[in-house]
Amino acid sequence: MMRRIVRRLVAGVVTVACIYTLTFVMVVSIPGNPFQQGARNMPAAAERALRARYHTDDNWRYFLDFLGGAVRLDFGPTFTYADWTCNEIIATALPVSAMLGLLAIVIAVAVGVPAGVVSAVRRGGWVDVGILTLVLAGISLPTFVTGAALLSVFAVYLKIAPVGGWGTLAHLPLPALTLSLPFVAYIARLTRMSMLDTLGSDFIRTALAKGLSRRTVVWKHALKPAFLPVLSYMGPASAQAMTGSFVVEKVFGVPGIGQHFVNAALNRDPGLILATVLVFATMLVALNIVVDVLYAWIDPRISEAV
Amino acid sequence: MTPRAQSRGAKYAVWASTVVLSIFVVTSIVTLPVSLRWYNVQELDVAVRHPPAFLPVVAIERYAGAAGHGAAPLWMRLAHRASSWFGHDDLGRSLLYRVLPAFFISSVIGLAAAAMAVGIGALWGAVAALAGGRTDMLMMRFVDVLYGLPYILMVILLKIALTRPLAALFGGYTKAADLVVLLVAIGGGSWLTMARVIRGQVLSLRNRSFIEAARAAGAGPVYILRRHLLPNLIGPIVVYATLVVPQAILQESFLSFLGIGVQQPTPSLGRLAADGVQAVNMYVDYWWMIVFPCGVLVLTLLALNFIGDAIRDAFDPKSSAPSVL
Repeated sequence: MMRRIVRRLVAGVVTVACIYTLTFVMVVSIPGNPFQQGARNMPAAAERALRARYHTDDNWRYFLDFLGGAVRLDFGPTFTYADWTCNEIIATALPVSAMLGLLAIVIAVAVGVPAGVVSAVRRGGWVDVGILTLVLAGISLPTFVTGAALLSVFAVYLKIAPVGGWGTLAHLPLPALTLSLPFVAYIARLTRMSMLDTLGSDFIRTALAKGLSRRTVVWKHALKPAFLPVLSYMGPASAQAMTGSFVVEKVFGVPGIGQHFVNAALNRDPGLILATVLVFATMLVALNIVVDVLYAWIDPRISEAV
Repeated sequence: MTPRAQSRGAKYAVWASTVVLSIFVVTSIVTLPVSLRWYNVQELDVAVRHPPAFLPVVAIERYAGAAGHGAAPLWMRLAHRASSWFGHDDLGRSLLYRVLPAFFISSVIGLAAAAMAVGIGALWGAVAALAGGRTDMLMMRFVDVLYGLPYILMVILLKIALTRPLAALFGGYTKAADLVVLLVAIGGGSWLTMARVIRGQVLSLRNRSFIEAARAAGAGPVYILRRHLLPNLIGPIVVYATLVVPQAILQESFLSFLGIGVQQPTPSLGRLAADGVQAVNMYVDYWWMIVFPCGVLVLTLLALNFIGDAIRDAFDPKSSAPSVL
C-alpha cells in the first residue's frame, strides 16, 4: 500500500509539472498581456521596464523564477490587482470556495446516490423516469439560470435566505445547492448505471435466494460495490467543486476563487493564471490520491493487485 | 412490476423527446428565411419589453421595410401574426424570431463540437491503443495533463489565442470567424473523454479472437480497422457524441454569460438566457425574457439527454441483462 501511495505521489508531481509547463507555454503564446489593455495602454519604455522588473521579458527566466517561487509556496505578484499578491488572493478566496465546494459535494452524494439507487431498482418505471427527468433538468439549465431562480424564490419571494454575499451560515445553502446540481445529476446517473450492473450479478441472486429482504440486499450488498465508480468520480468532482465556480460566485456575490480563473485568463495575467492552475492541479492530484487510498480500503482486491 | 410496465415510462420519455426535438428542428429551419431577416429588427417606440401578446404589437410595415419590400407578401403577413407570441426584448425585438434562429445556431454549435470531439478523440484514442507501448503511454499522459487544466481556463485561452489568426483567415467575415473560434474552443475541450473511452474499447477489442482470426487469415491493419474495429466502435462513439451535444450547448451559454460567447446581435439559446437573467432584477419582472429561451433550452437538452441515454441502453448489452428485482 505504502509503495502504491509513494508511486502515485511521484506520478502526481510529474503531472503537476507537465500541467505547469503546458500552461506556461499557452500563457506566453497568447497575444496580449496585462500591461496593454484598451485605454490603459502605457508607454513602451514603461512596459519594458515593468516586464524587466518581473522578468516576464525573458521566458526561460520567468519560467524558472515562478517555478522556484511556487515550490516555496510563493506565487509572486499579480499584474491586475493593485496591492494584492497571488498568495493573498488565494489565501482569502480558496477557503471560501473549499467550504462551499465541500458542502456541495456532500449534498451531491446525499441526494445523488439514493436517487440513483431508487431509480435503478425501479428501472424503466415511472419513478425511474421521474427521477431521471428531475436530475436531467438539473443539468439542462445553465447554472446562472438555476441560481437566479433559487435566488428569486428563496431570497426575494419567501425572504428566508439572504440575497447574496458571504459571512454567515445563512449565506451557505443557496450557492451550495446551485453548485451541487450538476454533481447531483452526474452522481445519480453513475450510481444508477453501476447499480444496474451490480443487481444483475450472481451474488445478489444468492442473497435474495437465501431469503434476505430486498432492502438489505439493495442498500447493503449491492450498494457497496456499486458505490466504487462514484468514489472515483469524487476525486475530480471535489477538486472542481472546491475551486469554485465563476457563475455561482457572480450570482450570489461570493468572494471565492472561481472568478479568478476566469478573470486571470481574460486579463492575461500570467502570475495569477499560473497560480490558479497550480492550485487546481495540485488539488486534483491530491484528491485523486486520497480517493485511491479510500478505494483500496473499501475494495481490498485493488491493493493486492499491485 | 411486469417487464412491460417497467419499460413503458422510459419509452414514452424517448418518444416525447423525439417529438419535441423534431418540432423544434422543423420550425426553426422552416422559419429561417423570416427569422434571419427579423431577428434584429428593433422597434424602440412601442415594443420595448412588451409582454407576450396574441396579436402583433409591431406594425408589419416595420418588418417589411427592413426586408426591403413594398407591399408585404402572404408568407410575411402570416409570419407577422406570430411575431409577438413570445413578447419583445429590451430593444423591442421579437423574441420569437430571436429564439427560433437561436435554436438553430445552438444546435450547430453542439453538433460541430460533437463532430470535433469524435474526430479528434476517436482518432487519438484508437491510435494510442493500436500503437501501444510507449506511444500509448505518452499520448494518454498528454490527455491526463489536459484533464488537469481547469476546463474553462482552457476554453478561454484557446479562444483568445485563436481569435486573431482566424479573423485574419476569414478576412471580413468577422461573424463567421467568431463562430468558428467558439466551435474550436468548445470542441477542443471536449475530446478528452472520447479519447479515453475509445482507447479502452480498442484495447479490449484488440485481443479478441475474431481480430486474431482476421489477422491469421492475412488481413492488413487497415482492413481490420475498417471491417472489424470500426463497426464495434460505432456504439460508444454515437453514445458519447449524443452526450457531447448538450454539454457543448451549455458550455456556450456559460461563455455567453461571460460575454465571450456568441456576439450580439447574433442570438443563441445561451446568449438569450443570459440576456434574460441580466435584464431581470428584484424590481422588474420581464419573465418572458427568461421563460421562453430557457424553456426551449431545457426541453432541448432534456430531450438530447434522454435520447442519448436510450441509445446507450440500446448499445450496452450489459445494462439490458434482466435484473432479478
